[in-house]
Amino acid sequence: MDTDILLRAEGLSRHFGDLLAVDDVSFTVRKGDVLGFLGPNGAGKTTTMRIISGNLAPSTGSVSVANHDLLEDPRAAKASIGYLPEQPPVYRELTVTEYLDYCAALNRIPRGARRGARDTALERCGLTDVRQRVIGNLSKGYQQRVGIAQAIIHQPLLVVLDEPTVGLDPIQIREIRSLIRELGTQHGVILSTHILPEVQAICDHVQIIHQGRLVLRDNIGGLARRMQSTALQVAFRHAPEPAALERIAGVRSVDAQDGGRVRLYCEPEQNPADELVRRSVENDWGLYELIPEQASLEDIFLQLTTEEAAGGEQAA
Amino acid sequence: MIFTIAARELRALFLSPLAWTILAVIQVILAYLFLSHVDDYMAWKSRLMQFESPVGVTEFIVAQLFGNASIILLLIVPLITMRLVSEERRNRTLALLYSAPISMTEIVLGKYLGIMLFLFVVLGLMALMPLALLAGGSLDFGILAAGLLGLALLLGCFAAVGLFMSTLTQYPTVAAIATFGALLLSWLLNWGRESDSATGNTLAYLSLLNHYEPFLRGVFDTADAAFYVLVIVTFLVLSIRRLDADRLGG
Repeated sequence: MDTDILLRAEGLSRHFGDLLAVDDVSFTVRKGDVLGFLGPNGAGKTTTMRIISGNLAPSTGSVSVANHDLLEDPRAAKASIGYLPEQPPVYRELTVTEYLDYCAALNRIPRGARRGARDTALERCGLTDVRQRVIGNLSKGYQQRVGIAQAIIHQPLLVVLDEPTVGLDPIQIREIRSLIRELGTQHGVILSTHILPEVQAICDHVQIIHQGRLVLRDNIGGLARRMQSTALQVAFRHAPEPAALERIAGVRSVDAQDGGRVRLYCEPEQNPADELVRRSVENDWGLYELIPEQASLEDIFLQLTTEEAAGGEQAA
Repeated sequence: MIFTIAARELRALFLSPLAWTILAVIQVILAYLFLSHVDDYMAWKSRLMQFESPVGVTEFIVAQLFGNASIILLLIVPLITMRLVSEERRNRTLALLYSAPISMTEIVLGKYLGIMLFLFVVLGLMALMPLALLAGGSLDFGILAAGLLGLALLLGCFAAVGLFMSTLTQYPTVAAIATFGALLLSWLLNWGRESDSATGNTLAYLSLLNHYEPFLRGVFDTADAAFYVLVIVTFLVLSIRRLDADRLGG
């Protein structure tokens, strides 16, 4: 067995009555991965996370964490997971310290090591100043941090965070992001989010789920390649016939717009800009604008989640 | 692990005013009843002595006090058990327990133990009242011990039913009403005992309170104790199954 693989999810499906919330989802997470889980509301992100954290049994499929099957050997598997649900599972009547002590005990940290584990978690999540405050009196952002502290207190191999930066202010978001990156060096991290720049900022793998199915699985490098310019926005004073533009090597299709503006769709990895400029000068097309269009993560996301089955096949 | 969960339950109880209020209310009501039973005994003492086998002070006072206590606690235990699981479900803190390396059995037993520890405090405070009579006389400790054991078993059943009802819902009030209803019904079934019909007798046998009376007379019957243990185990197993179904059913 590959010891680097922290999580192996195979063929996960989950029905809620007639609703198929998660449909045949398989993926792996290795040590050192930060996997971003993207999807529109109701796509199955939270359901998937509840399944891999052991809060929900899958209808079919299996999950193994650090080579322990979640259904057959739940205790060992769950000891290797730290989970932050959508709503931080905090007891409002306890103080931060009391709560984390309880979490440390629940996660079977040996008695002698609990204080150290708690202090480390407090420090990593920036909670040292509020350690004696009652959780119910803390702001939403601090409660969220307490939730994260709870998920990492036992130094799990795999940290599963469901929308960890919701409700935080920009400074806290930056701190939490750097914390997640730091976690990613020693642990595996899965986080779900609908904030796209967040994925670009902290994840090294991206997974897009739509209507319960995985429609994209790529590392951040591959994603950057997808996002490279695939179209040129050009404007001419004397617009040529579209056919003349289509003859340029690397141009896939031409979309003529009003006012001499033309949109050129290019073959991947090819840039016809040089050739275009040369021909413009030769034929006096009067090129005065040339903008490479950068596809953003939003574009890819929208493309994958609005095109139905066709988008899915293309991405796979 | 069971103790960790039990300790938190107990702590959560005492962090809210609920536990203190309940302890105070129970103590005031029972103290009043206890004093009136003592008064009654003083008034009846001379007449009781004329019987061939006179009823002793312990039998007279303890039996009545513990009999009252069972009904008062029947009303109050639902209020203590209602939030056990339902509140955690409502606040979404159950995920913390589900994703920790602990089994459903440990969660249920931990919560049950926490409540039982609280009820033992109630029981302890209650036992102090008859024990106070030692200042002016002697007690039949056998009857007192049997009464305490019977009440402990009865409370164990109440708490197990309450815990199960709490696993069914996310609204503490619903859990409290359901528990109260179930316990009250069980009390009412006991009334069928006087009738001659076979159904009435069978139903009365199923009543929780029916098996409590022998304990108050100082009779420890294994069958009665076994009945209570069976009820407790049944409802704890049902609770475990219900929490498991949470994971399976979503």
